[in-house]
Amino acid sequence: MGKVWSFLFLLVPVLGVGLFAWAPSNGFWLPRDISKHGWQIDHLFNFILVLTGVVFAATEGLLFWFLWRYDAKTNRTPVKYMHGSHNLEVIWTILPAATLLFIAIYQMNAWADVKMRKPKDMPPTVEVTARQFEWRLRYPGPDGKLGTPDDIHHVNDLHIPVDEEVLVQLESMDVLHDFFLPNLRIKQDAVPGMSIPVWFRATDTGTYDLVCAELCGWGHYKMKGRLTIESRASFDQWLAKMGAEEQATQEPAAAESEDSQ
Amino acid sequence: MSSTTFGAHAHEADHGHGHSASFLRTYVFSLDHKVIGIQFLFSTLLWFVVGGLLALAVRWQLAWPWSSMPIVGPRLFAGEGGQISPEFYTMLFTMHASIMIFFVIIPILAGAFGNFLIPLMIGADDMAFPTLNMLSYWFMWPAFVCMISSFFVTGGASASGWTAYPPLSAVDSAAPGSMNGQTLWLIGLILVGVSSMMGSVNYMTTIIQMRAPGMTMFRLPMTIWAMFITAVLQAFALPVLTAALFMQVLDRVVHTGFFVPEGLIVNNVTAGSGGGQPLLWQHLFWFYSHPAVYIMILPAMGMVSDMISCFSRKPLFGYKPMVYSISGIAGLGFIVWGHHMFMSGMNPALGMTFMVSTMFIALPSAVKVFNWIGTVWGGKVQFTTPMLFALSFVSMFIIGGLSGIFMAATPVDIFIHDTYFIVAHIHYVLFGGTAFGVFGGIYFWFPKMFGRMMNEFWGKVHFFLSFIFFNGTFYTMHILGVGGFPRRLADPYHYDTFAHMQGMNQFISICAFGMGAAQIIFAANFIYSIFLGPKCGRNPWHANSLEWFAPSPPGHGNFDMQPIVYRGPYEYGSPEVDTDYYPQTQPPPPGSEGQADGGHH
Repeated sequence: MGKVWSFLFLLVPVLGVGLFAWAPSNGFWLPRDISKHGWQIDHLFNFILVLTGVVFAATEGLLFWFLWRYDAKTNRTPVKYMHGSHNLEVIWTILPAATLLFIAIYQMNAWADVKMRKPKDMPPTVEVTARQFEWRLRYPGPDGKLGTPDDIHHVNDLHIPVDEEVLVQLESMDVLHDFFLPNLRIKQDAVPGMSIPVWFRATDTGTYDLVCAELCGWGHYKMKGRLTIESRASFDQWLAKMGAEEQATQEPAAAESEDSQ
Repeated sequence: MSSTTFGAHAHEADHGHGHSASFLRTYVFSLDHKVIGIQFLFSTLLWFVVGGLLALAVRWQLAWPWSSMPIVGPRLFAGEGGQISPEFYTMLFTMHASIMIFFVIIPILAGAFGNFLIPLMIGADDMAFPTLNMLSYWFMWPAFVCMISSFFVTGGASASGWTAYPPLSAVDSAAPGSMNGQTLWLIGLILVGVSSMMGSVNYMTTIIQMRAPGMTMFRLPMTIWAMFITAVLQAFALPVLTAALFMQVLDRVVHTGFFVPEGLIVNNVTAGSGGGQPLLWQHLFWFYSHPAVYIMILPAMGMVSDMISCFSRKPLFGYKPMVYSISGIAGLGFIVWGHHMFMSGMNPALGMTFMVSTMFIALPSAVKVFNWIGTVWGGKVQFTTPMLFALSFVSMFIIGGLSGIFMAATPVDIFIHDTYFIVAHIHYVLFGGTAFGVFGGIYFWFPKMFGRMMNEFWGKVHFFLSFIFFNGTFYTMHILGVGGFPRRLADPYHYDTFAHMQGMNQFISICAFGMGAAQIIFAANFIYSIFLGPKCGRNPWHANSLEWFAPSPPGHGNFDMQPIVYRGPYEYGSPEVDTDYYPQTQPPPPGSEGQADGGHH
């Protein structure tokens, strides 16, 4: 039976690596990346995947081989009576330590790009305020400033221009939410009482999902927004149209929009 | 002296209930660490069933959203046509995690195994403070009552996730379960904390003060080292959680606003005066709950080390590096909590420092894995049920450890944070790791607990099915996570990005149901063997440590002869003796004096 059990443990690395090899060509992988910074994240993911994959296959393979080789039923050699090996301990402490240190340093730049190097002197493209269970959007009007009477309000339907740096000012009215754009490799919690800048540059047009990724209550699953990435011209056009619609309904809506500040 | 059976003979009774031990005093309000340990074991196993059923309901919803749940659906939710409502779904995963973490994993390791094993393995007759020990069990009961009753109050049980992030948890109007259920949840956890703290103090004192003659610290089995360091972790981290829980109770009951910012309007209701910070809770919560992750795995690591050495018939590879790496994990465990908060709005530069410390906590874990594999190397491996579970612990922990590197890398975490990649990771550590280690521990120490063996054949069937279905359930979740599939969504398929993942979720759910069903075999084997399993002697596994020197089951006071310790617990295959094991209590053969070839006596 020992051999059968050893094989069970061999199945772990074989099927484990197999599934990761099967998945990408069958539609289960990182969603298409359409951001300027995303390649760094995907590259780091693939790098760690290969590295951990090798360690995974090696350690699981070794475990299998030792179980197979040293099965008490068939192993006729006497037990190696030993309590360890100082040299081995040193080797398998220093090697992983150096690898981990390398990964730690290697990733710092990508993190700094996405979360620390905020574009300077740039007004927000849009202010996103999360609330149970919708995304409230506020674009600056023709004056280019937020917080003025010509602001344009919208819900759940986020439009941004392509090939331009976009700055989202992220806020929450009630509980925690999370602004997750899978295709743009962007994720950031929205925290009540904080205004958090999120920046990115989209490299392709189209419509994509805006997902709430932090539990925000019973309706969390349906807090769905839509991201439309379009050319500067059609973005301006859309914004102007939204602005005009809002002007037309200004009188009845005025009181309400004051409310939502 | 005669060998004794459970409570029948109050040998060396010094706890004042010697000859007239009533049933109540012996089996219910017992001061005996073994009875208390078994009480913890039964209670936590019952909660394991509850937590598992909640998980299966979660899996039902994710595989076939909004369809009538078979059998239980029509009875529970007649109004909704048997389907799980979204508010009930949030409650399901909240209570699944809360129960599994605070009512199963933590108390089964420290409460059940810690209590049962510590005095036996160090050669003591009981804990240092038996009354405190009894209290630590009975403080669990008000917590049980809080948890159970929270299901029946208005609004139902807590629905704000096991992490209870405010304002969702702190403001009544934020979620249905944020009415009374959340307050009961908080009080329940405070009581669990009181119980854990009593246990910790007791374990530390017992291990430091009550070791048998000759039992130096570096002759302790790894199980005891792990329990000791876990107790230290608990004692230092728990007060922070307790403070945070009290603060949230105050926020909820008298609107202190520790965690609620100014001017919050939730569900069109103004949420008190504010002035607080939601991130404060996250820091306090994770300052405990990250060390708690190690509280939930270190004891299992210790038990697995003992089992692997015993069934490889070979000394543990690198005893001292193992002790140092447990200490290293515990030390680093206090400075990595921020890795749960990379996306929280915390200062990203601070995130980077947490990333570096998190990377390095992988190091002692790697050292431990290498030492376990080194222990198997060159041994004579016996594939018993406990050994299979111990080996699967190592195999699964490799996966859980390596997947942790993805989320420790902050840029990758931007994408996989709050996806099923995290769910896969935690279950590889806590189910594939700890729960398999616990199953192994139950099969291994069952003969000592009840004086009878569990059935090996059915044990192996249980192992085989659990192992296959576990991997089918959780390995696949990595793939979902790579696709960005988010956690905690009652119905993710209305997003275009995730619509194609329902089939894979159905596969996962079927595996999960299979894994649940496999546990029936365990339950039957466990209950049957308590009464009708074959009786065993003191040392059925030919193991070295002190608990196998005591009768099975040990009577009150544990040992019928004072154990004297001559060596460490891992002297398997020693050339000094003819047997392939060399118990800690066995005097060295005369004249051998450490001679390698030993000779016969």
